[in-house]
Amino acid sequence: MSKVLVIAEHDGSNLNGSTARAVSCASDLGLDAVDVVVLAADGSAVAEQAAKITGVSTVLLVQNAANENAVAAFLAPQIEALAVDYSHVLAPSTTFGKDLIPRVAAHLGRPQISDIMRVESATVFDRPVYAGNAVVTVEAPEGLVIGTVRTASYKAASNDGSASVETRSVDVALPSHTRFVGLESGGGGDRPDLQAAVKVVSGGRGVGSEENFKVIYSLADKLGAGVGASRAAVDAGFIPNDHQVGQTGKIIAPDLYMAFGISGAIQHLAGIKDAGTIVAVNKDADAPIFEVADYGLVADLFEVIEELEKAL
Amino acid sequence: MKILVGVKRVVDFNVRIQVKPDGSGVATDGVKMSMNPFDEIAVEEALRIKEAGNAEEVIVATIGPKACQEQLRTALAMGADRAIHVLTDEEIQPLTGARILKALADKESPKIVMLGKQAIDDDNNQTAQMLGALSHWPQATFASKVKIDGDTATVTREVDAGLETLSVDLPAVISADLRLNEPRYVKLPDIMKAKRKPLEVIEIADLGVEVAPAVKVLKTVAPAKREAGIKVESVTELVTALKEKGLI
Repeated sequence: MSKVLVIAEHDGSNLNGSTARAVSCASDLGLDAVDVVVLAADGSAVAEQAAKITGVSTVLLVQNAANENAVAAFLAPQIEALAVDYSHVLAPSTTFGKDLIPRVAAHLGRPQISDIMRVESATVFDRPVYAGNAVVTVEAPEGLVIGTVRTASYKAASNDGSASVETRSVDVALPSHTRFVGLESGGGGDRPDLQAAVKVVSGGRGVGSEENFKVIYSLADKLGAGVGASRAAVDAGFIPNDHQVGQTGKIIAPDLYMAFGISGAIQHLAGIKDAGTIVAVNKDADAPIFEVADYGLVADLFEVIEELEKAL
Repeated sequence: MKILVGVKRVVDFNVRIQVKPDGSGVATDGVKMSMNPFDEIAVEEALRIKEAGNAEEVIVATIGPKACQEQLRTALAMGADRAIHVLTDEEIQPLTGARILKALADKESPKIVMLGKQAIDDDNNQTAQMLGALSHWPQATFASKVKIDGDTATVTREVDAGLETLSVDLPAVISADLRLNEPRYVKLPDIMKAKRKPLEVIEIADLGVEVAPAVKVLKTVAPAKREAGIKVESVTELVTALKEKGLI
């Protein structure tokens, strides 16, 4: 029997939306079962959320005090032990999955397929290379398939499932060489999570300063949108790193993406090419962002935002 | 202590790559090649650790054909002390690459192996983590700040939720993210000096590394292109268009 194990991403109390997207990819494999594993210190609430994802057969709940934070060196040996029952192991290609999955794959002596964007068969996948400027179709060798899922390529599986939750104890030795010190959040407040947001308002170098970014936040709040930024804006210190959209930041697929003062470097465009509708506002009529924008407006972003806020 | 830095020769980040029409790959003939930008950041960080008095030697290593020595020379010109070239004309995938780096680490006993978080050609983002697993060492990936304190490193990592800090015992593998530092410019006298620095060539067969099962590339295509839409002349026009689509 071939089964896929999806590693749940969560923060201890809430399941991250990336998990349901990874489940969509897992369902495309057409195997006998899709299971989800929640590794947590106290994970019953998260496991209940995972059990509701459509298409999931069983949620495995592995509780261990060491799982309080997602430290790859602790999680990897536990996943390796669980992997023996599966033909496939998948995780979202977020920083969580990117950090964790290669560690699992290497221990098991298996190569990894990163950033799966399409499933052709249970062993053949499409994935982006060169910052999304080429797409390769790859075939995994015989045996356990281990990969990460490019979440922007998949819609989240819906939420009407009723999987059973099984508590598992995994008896493996965990290393003592790594200590979690802390997590400093960029402070998105109550705004929608960038990777899950239906709408995203994003600012670039053209916004000019941290102070000026207030207008981006204000428009986002009016629209109920998440807030994104280009690498240039993050590098300039206008906004914390967790807002960065692009090849090395977050790859997102909102229905509406509004880019203000973003020129559209290739690395940024790699992060938004799956967006439904792209709006670009930039003073520079030659900015590359206009080459991918559905609606482009050559104008001063501050005047546009002011007018937009009045019109909404 | 020693720091081992892995570097990879890749198509320069400024090149707009062309996918070959027959689906066999990306055109690289006559294309400018450079050190992977994340690896350059890794080299720079290793040099800064040494300059701060926390390391004695920075060794750079690469795996690939003869031409990769250009990138090793660049790293030597930046300030690395010596270089190791693991010579092969075969394509090396991340797991085999990690096994080779482990063989080098076993030989050199560095306290830190520093790598770029991903190569900008295959975008795999695997090698550092795989090396961590194979060596049973801690890993601190996507580093934006590294602080060495005796036998531990405190590493700030760029994660989706913000900035995470881990404390790891050395030896450890650290992978560099974009904001870790800004690599120095190489000056002409340093390029001359780099020519005289030691560069050891090791035949891949001499390392006794088992080649890992490989992922087979069946074809390479250009991505579906997103077409440019229209230019609107006013905010009113934009709002009307977005309302028609039900987006606002």
